[in-house]
Amino acid sequence: MIKARNLSYDYIRQDEEGNTESVYRAVNDVSLDVETGDFVAILGHNGSGKSTFAKQINALLLPTEGTLFIDGKNTKDVEKLWEIRQSAGMVFQNPDNQIIGTVVDEDVAFGPENMGVPREEILRRVEKSLKSVGMWEYRSHSPNRLSGGQKQRVAIAGVVAMQPKCIILDEPTAMLDPNGRREVIEAVLELNASKHVTIILITHYMEEVIRADKVFVMDQGKIAMQGTPREIFTQVEKLRELRLDVPQVTLLAHELKEAGIPLPNGILTVEELRWHLNRLRKRRMFQARGEVE
Amino acid sequence: MSLKLEKVNYVYSTGTAYERQALKDIDLEIADGEFVALIGHTGCGKSTLVQHLNGLLKATSGAIYENGKNIYEDGYDLRSLRSRVGLVFQYPEYQLFEETVIKDVMFGPKNRGLNEEQAREKALLALKQVGVDEKYFEQAPFELSGGQKRRVAIAGILAMEPECLVLDEPTAGLDPRGRDEILSLVSRLHKERGISIVLVSHSMEDVANYASRIVVMDHGKIMYDDTPAAVFEHWEELEKVGLSAPQVTYVMQLLKKDGWDTDTGATTIREALKSILAEYERAGKP
Ligand SMILES: Nc1ncnc2c1ncn2[C@@H]1O[C@H](COP(=O)(O)OP(=O)(O)OP(=O)(O)O)[C@@H](O)[C@H]1O
Ligand SMILES: Nc1ncnc2c1ncn2[C@@H]1O[C@H](COP(=O)(O)OP(=O)(O)OP(=O)(O)O)[C@@H](O)[C@H]1O
Ligand SMILES: [Mg+2]
Ligand SMILES: [Mg+2]
Repeated sequence: MIKARNLSYDYIRQDEEGNTESVYRAVNDVSLDVETGDFVAILGHNGSGKSTFAKQINALLLPTEGTLFIDGKNTKDVEKLWEIRQSAGMVFQNPDNQIIGTVVDEDVAFGPENMGVPREEILRRVEKSLKSVGMWEYRSHSPNRLSGGQKQRVAIAGVVAMQPKCIILDEPTAMLDPNGRREVIEAVLELNASKHVTIILITHYMEEVIRADKVFVMDQGKIAMQGTPREIFTQVEKLRELRLDVPQVTLLAHELKEAGIPLPNGILTVEELRWHLNRLRKRRMFQARGEVE
Repeated sequence: MSLKLEKVNYVYSTGTAYERQALKDIDLEIADGEFVALIGHTGCGKSTLVQHLNGLLKATSGAIYENGKNIYEDGYDLRSLRSRVGLVFQYPEYQLFEETVIKDVMFGPKNRGLNEEQAREKALLALKQVGVDEKYFEQAPFELSGGQKRRVAIAGILAMEPECLVLDEPTAGLDPRGRDEILSLVSRLHKERGISIVLVSHSMEDVANYASRIVVMDHGKIMYDDTPAAVFEHWEELEKVGLSAPQVTYVMQLLKKDGWDTDTGATTIREALKSILAEYERAGKP
């Protein structure tokens, strides 16, 4: 679905005469593959290049160096621009940059309308996608009268309604309450499982990536780590050096282990920790009574 | 300073099709030097509430007192309130409008009457405190990444040296280290300078780690107002209103169910660690 080869992006600042004032390399020599139907998460410190990379996937920015193929199409190929945007839908970091309609349902209909989807089908999609983010009852509201989290949900519905093959979500849950975060992740997983939609999730919430197939960690424009969530979250110290963290329960398990409880590395969920702790406590009780060596 | 809200109601777009009551009979007192967290589902009224604290929104009915003075009374200096209660907006974009980062942060101090040089000094300090590197000072705010914008917006408010700091989801979009840095900074300002803090957040872990009091809102009303331990005891009710408890609280609750004598009021890693280790030790005694 996504194939990046030695991809770089420079932000170039020019003075009034058009001379280059400064060059900032935001994405630096990135090579990676994302298969169709993958759920991929991208982590990385502020300014590490995540959004810049995401904007390249949707051909909003074109590579300074290297190449990027989306669904077999080179993003530098201007004739394919429209197709690329259709196959890779993007939920931007700030929903205000995304919402254009003056009424919520019009806004969600905008994408499919532009793609020439028949009217009836549009209505069906608008209803389904607004319901999936819990915003159906707000369909006739004006987006600029919504709270921060509500706007973010509308922006997500707008992209979902376009039914792209790949959805890039740039911090979609940053403004959501815990329930909303869970719902968005569930909705995304649902699309991924039932429709095989490729998902690229950029987030600063470590708990959200534990169900990803693969995690990429960016650092100063480069890919610094990659692996399954468990492989990544086992490396607590390394993540900290990269300004990142692990889910709270993973950290608790890590600290319990440091304090002498022989837990395995890379515990990712509350249930997992519960299971291991119960097992270890029972063993300890038996040992204390001399029943098991 | 102390702030007190009495029976505050707020209705958006009264008399139109969009009429919406966002606050319902809010009674809330924030004592001088307190660290209060405000949590609640999206759209419950948090941003609406905090915009009342510095007089940006005017209550439809009810009263607000600053150190006992009614802020809606004739002769009350609302302008001064606005600079003493520093509000960091939910979206940093709403706050950044100057050509360069440094000018943006200098805006507040200059507005308070400081000269160029003094304002620059305050701005430099604030930018340093929030961890914005010097190389960004002359850049336009829109050229920054999301997290960098957030830091600049916070610096802009810090530079005004407010007596009460109100932060509307200040860590949304920050990387984990940045989140800890900003919250430790806030906590330090609170401890060292006695600044009152109101922190709006969707991170249950963060509010449990930093606040000593949590106010929970639901559909425009206050639902709980208590210590973190007491509030998160109600994790089931919280889930019903879109919230949750910190992950460690769930661990403690589940272990309790499994027969451990754990402290279910534990809301931070440190508390959970202590309680689990003690119980594990006990299991080793015959
Ligand atoms: N329009 C721009 N002009 C110049 N530099 C830019 C521009 N946009 C971003 N940058 C710089 O490029 C780098 C990467 O930015 P990017 O937005 O990709 O980071 P990010 O990983 O998405 O960060 P965040 O987690 O804060 O959203 C940053 O150092 C940023 O300052
Ligand atoms: N300008 C407006 N006109 C009409 N209704 C509005 C307006 N602004 C907000 N509202 C409504 O008022 C309610 C409270 O909004 P508010 O922004 O205070 O919520 P919030 O708790 O800050 O939510 P979030 O966590 O998503 O930021 C919401 O239901 C919202 O739809
Ligand atoms: Mg970004
Ligand atoms: Mg808000």
